[in-house]
Amino acid sequence: MKIKRAIKKITGMQMFLPIASMLLVMAVNIIYDVSNGNAVFNFFTISLRNGVLFGRIIDILNRGSEVAILAIGMTLVVSAAAGADISVGSVMSLAGGMCCMLLAGFGNANVSQYAVPLWVGLVAGLAIACLCGAFNGYLVSYLNIQPMVATLILFSAGRAIGLLLCNSTIVYVRVPSFQFLGGYFWMLPTPIIIAAACVLVMSLILKHTALGMYIQSVGINKNAARIAGFKSRRIIFTAFVISGLCAGIAGLVATSRIYSADTNNIGLNMELDAILAVALGGNSLGGGKFRLAGSIVGAYTIQAITTTLYALGISSAQAPVFKAVIVILIVTIQSPAVTAYFERRAVAKALRANKEAMRV
Amino acid sequence: MEDRVVLTMRGITMTFPGVLALDGVDFTLRKGEIHALMGENGAGKSTLIKCLTGVYQCDSGEIHVDGMEEPVQNHSTLEAQRNGISTVYQEVNLCPNLSVMENLFVGREPVTKAGTIDRRVMLKRAQQLMEDLGLSIDVQQTLENYSLALQQMIAIARAVDMECKILILDEPTSSLDDSEVAKLFSLMRKLRDQGVGIVFVTHFLEQVYEVCDRITVLRNGLLVGEYPLSELPRVNLIAAMMGKDIDDLKEIKPESCQNNCAEPLISAEGLSHVNKIKPFDLQIRQGEVIGLTGLLGSGRSELARTIYGADKAQTGTLKVKDKKVHINHPIDAMRLGMGMLPDDRKAEGVIADLTVRENIVLGIQALRGIMNLLPMKEQCEIADRFIELLQIKTPSRETLVKQLSGGNQQKVIIARWLATNPDFLILDEPTRGIDIGTKTEIQKLIIRLADEGKGILFISSEIDEMLRTCNRLAVLRDGEKVGELQGDMTQERVMHAIAGGENV
Amino acid sequence: MNRKAIVQRSRRGMNNSNILLMITIGLFIVMYTAGSIVYADKGFDHLQTFLNILINNAGLICVACGMTCVLLTGGIDISVGALIGMVCMFMAVGIEFWGLSSPVLMILILLIGITFGLVQGLCVGYLNIQPFIVTMAGMFFARGMTAVISTQQVTIKSDEFFVMLANLKFFIPFEIGAYVNSKGRLMVPFFRLPVIIALCVLVAVFLILRYTRFGRSLYAVGGNQQSAALMGLDVKKTRMKAYMLSSFLCAIGGICYVLNTMAGTASQAAGLEMDAISSAVIGGTLLTGGVGNVIGSFFGVLINGTISSLVKTHGKLISSWSNVVTAILLCVFIVLQAVFTKLKENRKR
Repeated sequence: MKIKRAIKKITGMQMFLPIASMLLVMAVNIIYDVSNGNAVFNFFTISLRNGVLFGRIIDILNRGSEVAILAIGMTLVVSAAAGADISVGSVMSLAGGMCCMLLAGFGNANVSQYAVPLWVGLVAGLAIACLCGAFNGYLVSYLNIQPMVATLILFSAGRAIGLLLCNSTIVYVRVPSFQFLGGYFWMLPTPIIIAAACVLVMSLILKHTALGMYIQSVGINKNAARIAGFKSRRIIFTAFVISGLCAGIAGLVATSRIYSADTNNIGLNMELDAILAVALGGNSLGGGKFRLAGSIVGAYTIQAITTTLYALGISSAQAPVFKAVIVILIVTIQSPAVTAYFERRAVAKALRANKEAMRV
Repeated sequence: MEDRVVLTMRGITMTFPGVLALDGVDFTLRKGEIHALMGENGAGKSTLIKCLTGVYQCDSGEIHVDGMEEPVQNHSTLEAQRNGISTVYQEVNLCPNLSVMENLFVGREPVTKAGTIDRRVMLKRAQQLMEDLGLSIDVQQTLENYSLALQQMIAIARAVDMECKILILDEPTSSLDDSEVAKLFSLMRKLRDQGVGIVFVTHFLEQVYEVCDRITVLRNGLLVGEYPLSELPRVNLIAAMMGKDIDDLKEIKPESCQNNCAEPLISAEGLSHVNKIKPFDLQIRQGEVIGLTGLLGSGRSELARTIYGADKAQTGTLKVKDKKVHINHPIDAMRLGMGMLPDDRKAEGVIADLTVRENIVLGIQALRGIMNLLPMKEQCEIADRFIELLQIKTPSRETLVKQLSGGNQQKVIIARWLATNPDFLILDEPTRGIDIGTKTEIQKLIIRLADEGKGILFISSEIDEMLRTCNRLAVLRDGEKVGELQGDMTQERVMHAIAGGENV
Repeated sequence: MNRKAIVQRSRRGMNNSNILLMITIGLFIVMYTAGSIVYADKGFDHLQTFLNILINNAGLICVACGMTCVLLTGGIDISVGALIGMVCMFMAVGIEFWGLSSPVLMILILLIGITFGLVQGLCVGYLNIQPFIVTMAGMFFARGMTAVISTQQVTIKSDEFFVMLANLKFFIPFEIGAYVNSKGRLMVPFFRLPVIIALCVLVAVFLILRYTRFGRSLYAVGGNQQSAALMGLDVKKTRMKAYMLSSFLCAIGGICYVLNTMAGTASQAAGLEMDAISSAVIGGTLLTGGVGNVIGSFFGVLINGTISSLVKTHGKLISSWSNVVTAILLCVFIVLQAVFTKLKENRKR
């Protein structure tokens, strides 16, 4: 009985889902390592090679940076607007395309010199991403269009615009300083630091301003929040702009990794990962209350899953099959029908217990 | 009237997590009668109805419908309809995008031999039905082109055509004006004479005494009793519903009217919102409770919303303490010391998934702005203070608001506004749908706030309540402010003013 | 209030959906005429160009019909493009690698479509999960599955029956719209099998929506789900069936598609969901559900087809321009819908 209660307490915790799935992934990795004759904790070993840290954990943290950054914005959007921003992948690609196009000069496909200073390219990339966020936000907040429909426009147009900017080619910027964002800073991969910085900034904002309360209130009841003095529309708009900004940062990191604007492939399927991260983090996709930490752990869990899948020999094109199944499983657990079923069972059980107690 | 029973419910019991919603309730409906089902909020009226119509399955108890051997256990509304039980709700439950004809026949369309819908037969039958009920409606029009009252009658027509023996009307009159109600009542009487048993759920006592034959009263999930209408005077009905005497309502009558020379707090000149409220002038002084009265849809809520900026005023000027102001958004009004409790608690009042504490500090937080988070310690202090002050019944300040009862939710919103310490408070139907005990508390609170020098704008559908609390009444009709009443206000005078015909 | 007053009060409202449909048909005519005038030298004014639009978009017509049904219930299905990709790959690999005959494969494909829709429909209807999330998962699942089946480009050439079907030409009788090309040969306009399939689907769905209980329940569910349930409709089942129908039509569309392309690739029909949604929306189907019909969607498809045809005829434009233009068009129509809805609400008050 005691154990049962303890289990219930643990499973009821908000961070249960992301942490449990993280542990599960690790377990799979350990089993895989053992069966392949590697050291048991191969997954966790971190070594120093060529002056930089190396290991699967580091790899996951590194590769998961983009998803983690996206998850920040996605969490806010899901909470405030009760719908996801499915344009983030395209916006990533568009931001990268914009940045490279400026740095290389329009029409050039391969340069080893900047056409404009680096910061101009980076700022322009972020600016166009924010603009995309603002566009989405405007449609959702001021024209009352469902978030997923509104973002669907850029989901398909974002990449197309990126292709137009890059003249339908892959634009290479072969300048070392451009590779810094996706490279190494001292011993650590820079993306890890950027992601950490983004998470830190957002959590400080949430801790020291009322943004969290504003967004949650608006997400739960837009009209009531407005009457209580919150500018609901502006809050939703802001959430989308933040999501756009996050997509921009992630896009620049992804572009810098391959020092080129591969518009067709940057951020591909990333929207699924970001939404999955939010759902895995124990946040309801129906909006309202949210927990940022959950989404972040969720994001790295996704990356761990992806890396594990690759390690098991599943190609990147095939990986979405598994992720899609995971998404469906999670939302099924969260779904009203299933929750209601468990509630009914609990009630029935309580009733039975009551009756038995009466009989005694 | 023949005394044949069409419906008997015996020992209906229904439990929700932690609540016993119905405890062995009996209910009997006879052929050709209009039977009122009365009770305060939470008495179990809607649960009983839902058990009957198959939305819920009761834990124990039996339902017998005339003409059926076996006890009926409905598992869906569809099944209930097949058993002759139809329901019409307050919010019209039809599809606005379909034509009237289709709404009448959705789910049971006449079909041709090929299995497709036979539109010609459908049209003919729909027209016949409308004629029988004395409604002149173009059945091929889209439903949303008709007024709410007509939509409701179409809903009833649908139920009638399904040969229902039992018609349940769940608060059908809440959003209708008097003439529409009269029309509905004549339809109800017509159906009664045709032998339909009608269950009528409403909050309006007047209507019960106008149209019903019999009353069943519930309280706290228990049956209080079933009475023929003639044997239950109003006072006894209220006593039965509340289980206590309500004399203490009388005590709170305010002393003489406030002095007219106090500072005007708010003065509106020519304020209007297109299609909702025509230009109006209104002055509110400190320490004054001003009531807005008029029929539903007369523009009373809209007037208040225009002052507060919930609907932005399109013409006119608003002065607060003699200073001209522009209000584009509720927050502007709040900065000027206003607060508004909206009439629809669920849609615009509480934020259901937040805690009591968060709901209370929301207003202060909005005033402080997004960058200036109220420290947790202060949040808790404020919440505790108001839970104590308004006697909000909640397990803790961290309980989710949605877990509280309606009355306590309303108190939480009042607390939100009191916490911002406003000079001017708009209370739109603060007492609707909450039990009479809490009603009295809120009325007392209004008078206390006025004594503290705040201006209050109070809206209520119950004239009694307004007379008890207000110093002055503004009367509205058809989206226009038509006059003000002051001094010796009686129910009759107010009724006359609302009904119109002469200027006040 | 007397009866007359009631009648007057219920004055006939403007039907916004019809206005949108009129705008759409007008837009198509304007666009096509303009194209015919500007690109007359490139033969845009030939009947064959129009028939080519039909041939190339036959699959899209099927998908758009299914999409309309889903949108009517207030849902959305973004898995369609990926599903078509999967179906094409299945067909190609089935014929070339597994050696199955094409009729068997077609039946299998239809079964796959129904099953796929059934799972999605169960999630949306019975588990009450947001349609967007479900179908997005469906989209990634189908895309991933395509890669699991094969990552190569597979061209169909070994099944004679299939090749014959794909090469079938139906010439327009009496040489209507025929012209003599630069080499002096008489070109008689023709269309292909997919066009016939697509038009049959169009007519069938039109009849289903108008004359069957299922069709009318789609409208009822989209108009007000709660009401529909209280009026005794099985809302869950209706929604489930809508997704099944969408995926089923998608499978048919996939067959049309593969008859045109004769190949399966991993990224086939990418972005098709967008075209299908925009066709339906441009054709006057409200994203909030309850209003719309397949005739509008048909014209939506024609507009989409005309845009990409114009971009192709221009010759120097990058093909992503047609994506951008479609997106802009979708955006404009969504905004128009939002404005109309707002106007309607205002009028009510």
